[in-house]
Amino acid sequence: MIARSGPDGGGVEGAGRGVLGWIERRPLAALLLALAVVLLLWLVLADWPDEVERWLGRKRVFVSALFNGITLGGLYFLVATGFTLIFGLMRNVNLAHGSLYLFGGYLGYTTVQATGLWLPAFVVAFVLVAIAGLLLQTLVFRHMEGEELRQTLVTIGLSIVFADLMLWVWGGDFYQIPTPEWLAGPVELPIVLDVRPNGEPIYLRYPRVRLVIFAASVVIGVLLWLAINRTRVGMLIRAGVDDREMLAASGVPIQLLFALVFAFGAGLAGMAGVVGGTFQSISPGEDTRFLLASLVVVIVGGLGSIPGAALGALLIGLAEQFGSVYLPTYAIVFSFLVMVLVLAFRPQGLLAMR
Amino acid sequence: MAAARPGFASATGAPATDREAAVPPAAWIGALVLLFLPAIASDFFLVQVFGWALILGTIALSLQFLAGYGGMVSLVQMTVAGFAGYMVAILGTSGLAQISLGWPFWLAVPAAILLAVLFGTLSGALAVRTAGIYTIVITLAIAAAFFYFTRQNETVFGGFLGFNGVRAPVFWGIDWRSPVPFYYLCLAWAAIAWGLVVWVIRAPFGLALQGIRDNPRRMAALGFDVTAHRIAAYAFAAFLAAPAGILLTWLNGQIAPGTVGIGPVIDVLVIAVVGGLGRPIGPFIGALLYVLLRIFALDALVALGLSGQRFQLLIGLGFLVTVLFSPDGILGLWERARRRRAATAAAGTAGGR
Repeated sequence: MIARSGPDGGGVEGAGRGVLGWIERRPLAALLLALAVVLLLWLVLADWPDEVERWLGRKRVFVSALFNGITLGGLYFLVATGFTLIFGLMRNVNLAHGSLYLFGGYLGYTTVQATGLWLPAFVVAFVLVAIAGLLLQTLVFRHMEGEELRQTLVTIGLSIVFADLMLWVWGGDFYQIPTPEWLAGPVELPIVLDVRPNGEPIYLRYPRVRLVIFAASVVIGVLLWLAINRTRVGMLIRAGVDDREMLAASGVPIQLLFALVFAFGAGLAGMAGVVGGTFQSISPGEDTRFLLASLVVVIVGGLGSIPGAALGALLIGLAEQFGSVYLPTYAIVFSFLVMVLVLAFRPQGLLAMR
Repeated sequence: MAAARPGFASATGAPATDREAAVPPAAWIGALVLLFLPAIASDFFLVQVFGWALILGTIALSLQFLAGYGGMVSLVQMTVAGFAGYMVAILGTSGLAQISLGWPFWLAVPAAILLAVLFGTLSGALAVRTAGIYTIVITLAIAAAFFYFTRQNETVFGGFLGFNGVRAPVFWGIDWRSPVPFYYLCLAWAAIAWGLVVWVIRAPFGLALQGIRDNPRRMAALGFDVTAHRIAAYAFAAFLAAPAGILLTWLNGQIAPGTVGIGPVIDVLVIAVVGGLGRPIGPFIGALLYVLLRIFALDALVALGLSGQRFQLLIGLGFLVTVLFSPDGILGLWERARRRRAATAAAGTAGGR
């Protein structure tokens, strides 16, 4: 449906699906990847020789950049996965996705302020933002199906309006959602950063809440993957991604499916807003920041692919954190460079569906 | 592709290339008014309203060219213009003496335009790697990357504050900063850019580009290099936008990350779409409307008891209404009204017989 120019625009050939198939097709790339993983593990676990320390600075800096990058990637995944899901099925580039994220963050903050409870904030944000998404899909986008550009323009207009409405209601302040008691404080990980002169090792202490949220986003990712690959609704979604018209012709209530997926994707963005509000902070402007992060993530990973969103989120999170640690004034260039390289050599994205 | 096409056509309206050769009287009147405007308008209107509108209109025109005739909605045009502004500040003179190289304007301005065209061409080369709706996504990502980069980078782009004291030069005994000469400068480039677009869309290159917009596969089969044509269109559009960016920098006397932020980038799209992507005059109508709103909406909002900050809401709603109800913009409304009037007139004469 989307014409892709470029040398290898044909996409992935059908043969040899899955990880084993990929290793078979690209033995060299697989070998390099394995080497990179081993090197990374060594860098995290080993006691650094002076040579490495001279190149990369202190191990503490490197390891915390790595952990920050991975956990930020988890947050990016939560935001981008709804974006990519909605695009994959409905061909709707929802540029108001960042607004949904910010809306979720504000709702979460208000809930925590009112009740003092953290977990219900996720439920409230998910449900209310999902309802907003449902309304958008049924009231607006359903009436302009197939008109991709017009839908995109509408989402741009909506994002301007939402941004101003949220500024109206919540003002221009920075809000941070307080971390609940049981998640506050750091946790000591069995990773040795340094050894004190008296021979006592110093372990990495890392904020517990970031680890828990990262674990949760991995769980959500795996559940989503299972839902899409193992359930009937997931089967319908995959069929719709491949050929919408054929699916509609075979009697599936496709509008219901669209509405459900749109609501679910929006809800995920809302939940991610609560996560972002706890991780960092929420304020006007965060909507565009996270919209752009999602854009770059899905360009890198491949629009419409959930594993692609996971890989892209990880890469962009790491690029951003390592960039800001090792080259502060050029940090943004790092994530951008990842995007440019992907566009230059694999314009459909690393794990594109087609 | 087949499913992507109709959506696009209905959103932009079918751009009319084979316009009748005769210039309508309204255009003559408009041109005369613009030419003799300094005789009637105050300095404020001349520069802050018409000068600004002409500059924004030219930048939006470069978007209209890419979108209307190339089928590529590029959000990178404001960034190209801002890049040219930055280059003029870096190569020429500005308040930041430790960064600016202090080249004379006759060297700095062409160099800035050249570099901006290079930047626009490279962005285009990246964006045309994929087609269709991806163009918006990729160009928006490029624009955002440039914005965050200028904000972060202190050593070359002057960081958050950017450059101030970037002034139009004085030559031929004329101070080009003063209102009347500056207005004519803006008008001249807007007219040249408009003329170039009108000329290019009838030239073989423009016709091939429109062929590619309508059916890239067929054009490729006919032996046209689709990618090269698209990249050349980006280069041409960058050439239109770059001098406008320099004029914008001179108008404000400064260039900062805010000029190339996501807001202005989207505003240029809003201007082009609201004015109408169908014809090169559309962006100028959109720009004039935008500038008038920007200046006078504040008072109107305050009079209605709302905060002046609700300006963005107004812009967003106006854009939404346009996209929802008249996808071909104000020009489309105008054309339809005219056609309806012609139809009723025809029906009237037919009934009379």
